[in-house]
Amino acid sequence: MGWLPEPVERLLDAALVGELTVIGSDGRPITHPLIPLYDGDRILMHSSTLFSRKLEHIKRNPRVSVSLTDPIALKGLPGRATIQGTARVIEDDPHAQWERLILDLWRKKEPVIDAFLKMRVALPLFFERAVIEITPQRCLWWADGDTAHAPEVTVAPREEAA
Amino acid sequence: MASVEAGHLAKLAGYPFVVISWVDDAGYPMSVATEFEADAQGGTVSLRAPAGDATVVPTDREVNLLGSHIRPKPGEGYDERRYLQLWGRAAAPQDGRIIFTPTRAWGWDEAEIPFFEYSERSVPQSRRYLAQLSEEQGRTVRPRLSLGWLLLRTTRLPFLSATLVPVLLGIAVAARHGTFNWWLALVTIVGGSFAHLGINVSNDIFDTLSGADEANVNPTQFSGGSRVLIYDLLTLRQLVALAFGLFGAAAAIGLYLVWTTASQTLLWIGVVGIVLGVAYTAPPLKLVYRGLGEIAVAIGFGPVMLLGAYVVQTGSLSWEATVASVPVAILVALILYVNEIPDRVGDAAAGKRTLPVRLPQGVVTGAYLAAALIAFAVVVGGVIGGLLPVPALLALLAAPLAWRVYGGIRQFYAQPYALMGFMGINVNLHLYVGGLLLAGYAIAIVIRALT
Repeated sequence: MGWLPEPVERLLDAALVGELTVIGSDGRPITHPLIPLYDGDRILMHSSTLFSRKLEHIKRNPRVSVSLTDPIALKGLPGRATIQGTARVIEDDPHAQWERLILDLWRKKEPVIDAFLKMRVALPLFFERAVIEITPQRCLWWADGDTAHAPEVTVAPREEAA
Repeated sequence: MASVEAGHLAKLAGYPFVVISWVDDAGYPMSVATEFEADAQGGTVSLRAPAGDATVVPTDREVNLLGSHIRPKPGEGYDERRYLQLWGRAAAPQDGRIIFTPTRAWGWDEAEIPFFEYSERSVPQSRRYLAQLSEEQGRTVRPRLSLGWLLLRTTRLPFLSATLVPVLLGIAVAARHGTFNWWLALVTIVGGSFAHLGINVSNDIFDTLSGADEANVNPTQFSGGSRVLIYDLLTLRQLVALAFGLFGAAAAIGLYLVWTTASQTLLWIGVVGIVLGVAYTAPPLKLVYRGLGEIAVAIGFGPVMLLGAYVVQTGSLSWEATVASVPVAILVALILYVNEIPDRVGDAAAGKRTLPVRLPQGVVTGAYLAAALIAFAVVVGGVIGGLLPVPALLALLAAPLAWRVYGGIRQFYAQPYALMGFMGINVNLHLYVGGLLLAGYAIAIVIRALT
């Protein structure tokens, strides 16, 4: 199981949208609002091939961060968090693999996706997707969400041992 | 990506907070939410400096600011998606504030660019990504659809109503004249359907090769083509094979019907139909590129189909069948005409001189109403003139649909996705008028049998 603080796990479970920041080819940060999913260990995000520049950036540089900042998207839960980690793009079969990996988690946050999936014929490329699997390395947590206070910093156990 | 304008900062000011991101000294992105004030005139953003050693905003590298918004929709997910991100440099904090000077901007607001258009504009990125993935994996990775959905999309099967209406009506007129052969009727329907689907596929090939479909970033379920080539769901070779297969089947059935009926008239009707269908988009005639597409469709899916079906049954032409084909011809041409409204920018870019490309908005909407009125007037005139049976007046029940479509295209002329519902009503107008004419003929046939 994961090592993230429990309140951060609750934020991940609740968040309708988080911000995935990747590093562009010129070294600049680029931020993408995306639905964060959490399997209890890793953060899972996903992207259509239509909007796949982020995937190209991750394949070039797998270091990413995920921030959970919007109180509305967090359904009123207090707290904010930023998780730094290493990402892996799962793209062996963009047609079907993502359904096995993330559809159950996705529909919990966005139930309307089942209706869209039934109309796959109308949006064929939207449903050609890759999964972004993020292994958390370091977590910053603001318990009250106020970043005028220093965050509580936690690092992955392996890194702590090192 | 655009250089920053005052408008970007004015938009940013509408977000309740921003997320500032940078690449930290360990080489990982770092992101922190903070409150801010945008100075649109000064071209800067004042940010409250995040607290703590772990979140010191660097001044020696580019940083990113993001404003983002969604509206949760319980039980569905969320909507009202929009975001704006700016890149630039941050100055060292003074009195707990950081001055950020942006130089570049990027964003999306689905209220400005609808999701479907945003997706359509991103198709080249999908193709590029999958081509790269194919190279990395050493095998071809392409988008897929199940065979049934793929055939439905590729052939645009739901548009078969444009064939069924005239063919069934031609058979009904023949039946009223005392001639009905169910086997030939069935074969005619199948043959006409193959010809129609073949025409759909061949039109798609030429529209894709000409660039007309690719230039259209507002396709709808009624317009913009099947896009199976643009999406790389099929190859050109596969699509050409499918078109030849469909035309081959249609030609074989047509020749069987000519042989069975021994009608040279039917042979010529079939030749005219196929030539019109292919020449609609294919060089050298490219009728639709010359502003003749609407007339070609009217003739092909009006008199050609209806008289063809009639001749199969009776072996000869008739004035009644010709008159009955006119409202059907006008209404099927109006399907194309309305569907061309959202396509007009892409069509103009590809040199396709359709009527909505050539004519101003007021003329296009006025001409729609005039043509629809003529279609109903022909029915009335046909009945008064004794050519059509009185129950054919049932078709007038569908007239309010034409008025609704007219209102819709006037109101949503420049909004493709809002227009989509009215495009559907317009398809139904043709279908319902055809169905009501058929019902009228069925009543007339029963009355004739009883008297």
